[in-house]
Amino acid sequence: MTGFPRGRTAIVGAATYGIGATPGESAIELLAKASLAAIADAGMVPSQIDAVFSMLPQDPFCAHAVPEYLGIRPKLIESTRTGGSAFQIHAMWAALALDAGLCDAVLICYGSNQRSASGGLVTSGAAPFPYEQTYKPRNPPSAYALAAARHMHEYGTTREHLAQVAVAARQWAQLNPDAFMRDPLSIDDVLGARMVSDPLTVRDCCLVTDGAAAVVMTRADRARDTPAPPAYLLGAACATWHKSILAMEDLTVTAASEAGARAYAQAGCGPSDIDVLEVYDAFTINTILFLEDLGFCPKGEGGRFVADGGIAPGGRLPVNTNGGGLSCVHPGMYGLFTMVEAVTQLRGAAGARQVHGADLALAHGNGGTLSSQSVAIFGTAATL
Amino acid sequence: MTEKLAGIHPDHDFAAFLAKGRFLIQRSRSTGTYVYYPRVAVPGTGETDLEWVEPSGLGTVYSTTVVRNKPPVPHYNVALIDLDEGVRMMSRVVGIDPSEVTIGQRVRARVDAIDGTPAVVFELAGEGA
Repeated sequence: MTGFPRGRTAIVGAATYGIGATPGESAIELLAKASLAAIADAGMVPSQIDAVFSMLPQDPFCAHAVPEYLGIRPKLIESTRTGGSAFQIHAMWAALALDAGLCDAVLICYGSNQRSASGGLVTSGAAPFPYEQTYKPRNPPSAYALAAARHMHEYGTTREHLAQVAVAARQWAQLNPDAFMRDPLSIDDVLGARMVSDPLTVRDCCLVTDGAAAVVMTRADRARDTPAPPAYLLGAACATWHKSILAMEDLTVTAASEAGARAYAQAGCGPSDIDVLEVYDAFTINTILFLEDLGFCPKGEGGRFVADGGIAPGGRLPVNTNGGGLSCVHPGMYGLFTMVEAVTQLRGAAGARQVHGADLALAHGNGGTLSSQSVAIFGTAATL
Repeated sequence: MTEKLAGIHPDHDFAAFLAKGRFLIQRSRSTGTYVYYPRVAVPGTGETDLEWVEPSGLGTVYSTTVVRNKPPVPHYNVALIDLDEGVRMMSRVVGIDPSEVTIGQRVRARVDAIDGTPAVVFELAGEGA
């Protein structure tokens, strides 16, 4: 008994908009365009949506602004703000609310114009914290750099291993016409790029792009009547262990180990069953940490798992098939894009990057400085 | 409970000590548990009987990075230090090239300032520390 309504809800509409650079468009315009596309994909109109789970990084009142903009009077609003992990958490609450009959159609949506508006990563007004800020870490990169340095120290992970993650992401991006960076990238390019916070170079760090994404969720009984094949939500869980990197007990083990274990239990599957894996790769060390913490290899073996093209197209496991935050899109909070890519793969609609016969997909979210971890596992009708 | 808590001002007290050149951390009178960063209670167990104590000042580098800047702004170190008292803090190791700071080095605290803000920083502790 996990308490989760396995397979009783599904994503029936999914879309992205404005991946890359969209000068002249506001964040809510980007969000609205993705949302309208996802709602149309579900065969609906906005007035049929009765719950809006929204996130605009720079608008603390997006829960009001987004429904108003779309002309929806929602029964439920939800805007859990945990950074990039928020959207799997939204999906978790959406499944529970739909299954309880509190609402019938949930829109989960995100938009940011951070690249065009500011040219830098959006920081979302966190409270002052002198125990960190006094020392001026360049966050978020420095926090992830500290994790990478510790992983290298404990497990012999190398900068080349980190670079393999970036190169694999780029090779997937080259198969995705929507990806923002598609030019060739070599291990030497990554190693020789400008150092940001040792051992991470700028090519170990995610892109800074604009972009929006949206999905529509309904109960499974209703999902049978929608145009596209449903991606059933089999499990969704989150875990939060800290905020500041100084309070992270072991920099080589994230809360994804806990969230993943609970999501697998809900879904009745394990890592060896997963056909396609979408993890939140804000930095190259993330992919290595999450491969370990989500059970795809033992702790400490992530570097060797990604070596020799292990997660590149044709490798041992398809990981971040859209090109990830490293090469496809990273508009501040990337987590919803992992869910859209999982759905695209389960629909068999991923074109040149399609993972053949994909029935089970894991979409992971990461928020803060490895602070908040979330996992959603989706399956086709064959997995019910 | 709230009356007792009303007299506890950890952020203010820590900063006030630091401004006078003193580095103090908290310890629970009943359990001996050390607490950093300063809080109103021991995390998890909730004891509020925290007193300020002087740590040994000795610690070990748990992890380290170099924040890189465009010249002429200098690179600098940011590190996580495990104090011998069992708590971890963010700081900088100073006095050596920032890229020569390595995990496992023994370091000793002193109060300095970073861009005018009082701050605990660390130096290599030397032999036998």
